[in-house]
Amino acid sequence: MALLEICDLDVHYGAIHALKGVTLSVEAGQIVTLIGGNGAGKTTTLRAISGLLTPSAGQITFDGKRIDGRPPHELVRLGLAHAPEGRGVFANLTVDENLDLGAYTRKDAAGVAADRDKVLRLFPRLRERLLQPAGTLSGGEQQMLAIGRALLARPRLLLLDEPSLGLAPQVVRTIFDIIREINAAGTTILLVEQNAHMALRVAHMGYVLEVGRIVMADRASVLAASDDVRKAYLGGH
Amino acid sequence: MTKLLQTLFDGLAVGSLYALIALGYTMVYGILQFINFAHSDVFMTGAWVAYVVAATAGWAALGGDAPPLYAGLFTLFASMLFCAILGFGIERLAYRPLRKAPRLNVLITAIGISLFLENIGQRPELFGTQPQKMPQLLPDTTLFTIADVNFRVVDLTVIAVALVLMAVLQWLVFHTRLGRAMRAVSHNFSVASLMGINVDAVISFTFVVGSAMAAAAGFLYVMKYPGALKQPADSTWILLGLKCFVAAVIGGIGNVRGAMLGGVLIGLMEMFGAAYLSPHMRDIYVFSLLIIVLLVRPAGLLGRATVEKV
Repeated sequence: MALLEICDLDVHYGAIHALKGVTLSVEAGQIVTLIGGNGAGKTTTLRAISGLLTPSAGQITFDGKRIDGRPPHELVRLGLAHAPEGRGVFANLTVDENLDLGAYTRKDAAGVAADRDKVLRLFPRLRERLLQPAGTLSGGEQQMLAIGRALLARPRLLLLDEPSLGLAPQVVRTIFDIIREINAAGTTILLVEQNAHMALRVAHMGYVLEVGRIVMADRASVLAASDDVRKAYLGGH
Repeated sequence: MTKLLQTLFDGLAVGSLYALIALGYTMVYGILQFINFAHSDVFMTGAWVAYVVAATAGWAALGGDAPPLYAGLFTLFASMLFCAILGFGIERLAYRPLRKAPRLNVLITAIGISLFLENIGQRPELFGTQPQKMPQLLPDTTLFTIADVNFRVVDLTVIAVALVLMAVLQWLVFHTRLGRAMRAVSHNFSVASLMGINVDAVISFTFVVGSAMAAAAGFLYVMKYPGALKQPADSTWILLGLKCFVAAVIGGIGNVRGAMLGGVLIGLMEMFGAAYLSPHMRDIYVFSLLIIVLLVRPAGLLGRATVEKV
């Protein structure tokens, strides 16, 4: 059984039917990417998984347990971490305090210290800015902080929402290298991206979402080579 | 010189009282972005519970003899505990169901709770419709005199209790895990919940702390002005609450240190105005200060205009 299974998921925002029967699964150890245009429902899917939205129908199973409808703060304890879209760092808190909040649910001080060290090795820029309010960081640094903070929960599944959004190409490459590194170290990742090109390069599996429905699902390399995907998302002809 | 120092001391005593109440307004605003109009009624309830406890215990009857020291401490804690539970209940029953409702609905509900507390408080089984005189729990004496300035026991107590409570709050908010969670929640509910923070629990806790502080202020208020225990629906309470809200705005609403600063500033302003200009216009000084601060620094003295990076 896969680490995360989503079956026939429906989400409504008031009268808007945002997700229509989404089914996908994420195998432990993989990077799975969910690509699609603006408003396709990518962020909605992540928000439903992490408990920020309550689905109107369908099921979400994480590590064999039903998690749909459960509040986000409980899911963190099960091993689910979500680095939200727009990064969502606590601008009024220092980088240091943001990282501490990432480990909010953990009691193993020694383990947290070790993970913190790992995160700061992964993102040396953050070490230089530990005492700065997070709101003063650049966009790329805030993204690094959001990812680093999520890692401090020591998640089994990391949900990343548009980590490349608004970043310079060089920074995007760095972030994707790090995503691959995090995965190589054993963390399963569900990656939502508009930058389909980069996402399909790092992912094992890919799903294409269009107006609330999964329209394609395959190995990432197959999707990257598919004409439909190239035309719609990769700017190919 | 004596007058200056005496006014300064009096201003600090009143100001620290205001600061305690202002903290409750600012903490709730910081997290839920609405003005808890019922806060002044929690303060009122704190003052009245202190009276009921002291009167029931019979400490009133002692007359000339000062009741033992524990009488004051017991009354303070009883009042804080009662209001902590009251604050928890208000949030749980009135505000939480409206968590996703427009802010205006919550604001109107707060006014409703305020009216409810004032009027239920006037029931004969509760506090009644008559003003009362608070029993003297502290010796009404001057502890010491420096340069002709009288340091009354009660004023020193007010300042000491307020300082201790504010130091505890400062430590709580800025140096504990829970405080970090509170600041995270005040920045963004949903991201805070993604950190594993139980947002509802943090909000409950904020109401408990703010209400306990208001109760302490209520206790100190009737200690300082034993004759000023007006009936629950009297406008005194609203005016006092309003002044403390002004203190929170002057300091920068949502900012804990700002509320402390604003409270003390307002206390000083009021006392200096009363001593040097006219004692009949105390409220005018306070609200003039508000107007000036809003003109010069709309976000308050310690508030930061919110700049968002995209």
